Amino acid sequence: MTEWANVILQGVLIGGLYAMFAAGLSLIFGVMRLVNIAHGDLIVLAAYVALIVTQALGIDPLTSLLLVVPMMAVIGYALQRGLLNFTLGEDLLPPLLVTFGLSIIIQNGLLELFTADSRKLQAGAIEIETFQLMQGVWVGVLPLIQFIVAIAVIAALQLLFYRTPLGRAFRATSDDQSVAQLMGLDTRHIFAMAMALSLAVVAIAGVFLAVRANFDPAIGPARLIFGFEAVIIGGLGSMWGTLVGGIILGVSQAIGAQIDPGWQVLAGHIVFLAILAVRPQGLFPKVSG
Amino acid sequence: MSGFRVEHATRSSRVGVAVVALALVAFALAPYWGSRETLRLLAEIFTYVALASLWNLLAGYAGLVSVGQQAFVGLGGYLLFALAILWGVHPILAILIAGPVAAVLALPVAVLMFRLRGAYFAIGTWVMAEVFRLVASQISALGGGSGISLPAAIVIAMAPSRQWREFETYWLALALTVAVLGAIVALLRSRHGLALTALRDNELAAQSSGIDVTRLKFVVYVMTAFGTAMVGALIFLMKLRISPDTAFSVNDWTAFVIFITVIGGIGRIEGPIIGTIIFFVLRQTLADLGSLYLLMMGAVAIVVMLFAPRGLWGLLAERFGWQALPLQRHLVLAPKASRALAPE
Repeated sequence: MTEWANVILQGVLIGGLYAMFAAGLSLIFGVMRLVNIAHGDLIVLAAYVALIVTQALGIDPLTSLLLVVPMMAVIGYALQRGLLNFTLGEDLLPPLLVTFGLSIIIQNGLLELFTADSRKLQAGAIEIETFQLMQGVWVGVLPLIQFIVAIAVIAALQLLFYRTPLGRAFRATSDDQSVAQLMGLDTRHIFAMAMALSLAVVAIAGVFLAVRANFDPAIGPARLIFGFEAVIIGGLGSMWGTLVGGIILGVSQAIGAQIDPGWQVLAGHIVFLAILAVRPQGLFPKVSG
Repeated sequence: MSGFRVEHATRSSRVGVAVVALALVAFALAPYWGSRETLRLLAEIFTYVALASLWNLLAGYAGLVSVGQQAFVGLGGYLLFALAILWGVHPILAILIAGPVAAVLALPVAVLMFRLRGAYFAIGTWVMAEVFRLVASQISALGGGSGISLPAAIVIAMAPSRQWREFETYWLALALTVAVLGAIVALLRSRHGLALTALRDNELAAQSSGIDVTRLKFVVYVMTAFGTAMVGALIFLMKLRISPDTAFSVNDWTAFVIFITVIGGIGRIEGPIIGTIIFFVLRQTLADLGSLYLLMMGAVAIVVMLFAPRGLWGLLAERFGWQALPLQRHLVLAPKASRALAPE
């Protein structure tokens, strides 16, 4: 009984990480209907940026967020203004293929610079600290911090979307790009701000991923897929939905792994496909694709 | 109504068909003039032409951008190994069986995937391919996660000598690619091809002209799965070894195929052929660069997508009105009718 409680609790906590993968993806889809195939590789890129920063400055990974987040945001802004804005339009193909090309470029660029060796960010003693929640159920401090950060990130995005001028601009462009433009919004700038925000979230997710487990240049696509599954399970365009989606995915994987280690990822995929079959609009849909 | 007829051929397409016919004769005779390495390379080129042409039909014409076609390449490969090892089916017969089996499996896959639109469809197909890969690595009878080789007895039984076996697989690759291209050309010249071309150019307009767009896409998805699985089976008959990671590799069976099609020209039948030639010329010259080579391919694909979205063949076709195969339709007025139309 407590064994299963532990399994489910671990699943919920990792679900927070998946929700952060998903939030960045969902954000740019909501604002500009762009699906970024390179999203997972950007998460890995953020992990490598954090690796350099922590090694160069000798700071711990969580402190490095103060530098990695703005750096990734700048990369996001530049990427959108310099490249992705030119791919947006009626045709679906250009953004898909350009971000796919970008994914291959990031993967192989990282492979060239850092080799295929596994890396990990060292967070020190905090990594192994745990406390007992109830009889036999233990919680790691770091996974708990990660989960709380995920909730904070999603709450912040929600506030930003509905309570700030930038959020209003995001919603206006999302509703009708040409009318937003007529009202004097510079959509190129708005899109770039959305991508900057998306990569800021990616940076947080990347650092937590790199502290939690080993990473190498090839693990990006799987992170994209986890994020995507959380988005679809939660329902397109819903920020809190991505959190629920992430948790459902995390718990399914944890239960799958408990039954047979080979089933961890497969169990997540199967739950995703089952939800797609039964409720294709996701659990809390907001926008139609 | 008899005042006009519809023609497909133009002068450039007549030249194109003649070139294709000559090339086919030369390729069919390749075992007499080529070395073992040449045959291997040509066979690999043929399989990429076939894979890219199928992906082009799917993405370029039907607008179904799948990044999960490795699902069917791997499925075909695994069907070949399963049929040959577990049931003793002759490998060539197994390739023929792989097509229909994959098409049947593609039906429920399509039902699920068609719930996702546009870019989400793309990632959905990727998830599907991952599911296929993970399931394959659970099948211990076929080597599980580490894979399996085709037993020597089966390989030896295929042909009297090693040389003949290589000739056999080479001709098989040529025949399968010609069959795939022939089927695509026949499809595009039929009335369904007209519907597909309309769909490629404008989905909304195609729909309002009475084309059942969803049904057409569904049929194209299943047909593509059929062809892709057969090519996949052939690829792994040539490799003689299969593992989940090679069979369901997104780089080998999707990234390369997408780059080939985009660089050659998406939405045109000639595009994948031109793209494959460019891809292999670059690979033969730059292969030493390793991962840098892939990085450059990605960059070239991005540049082409931004500045020449219809690819290299698209540029040529628009500039000179070329078509290498007789696919476009144009009206030719009969002499009597044109006289009647001429001003008095």
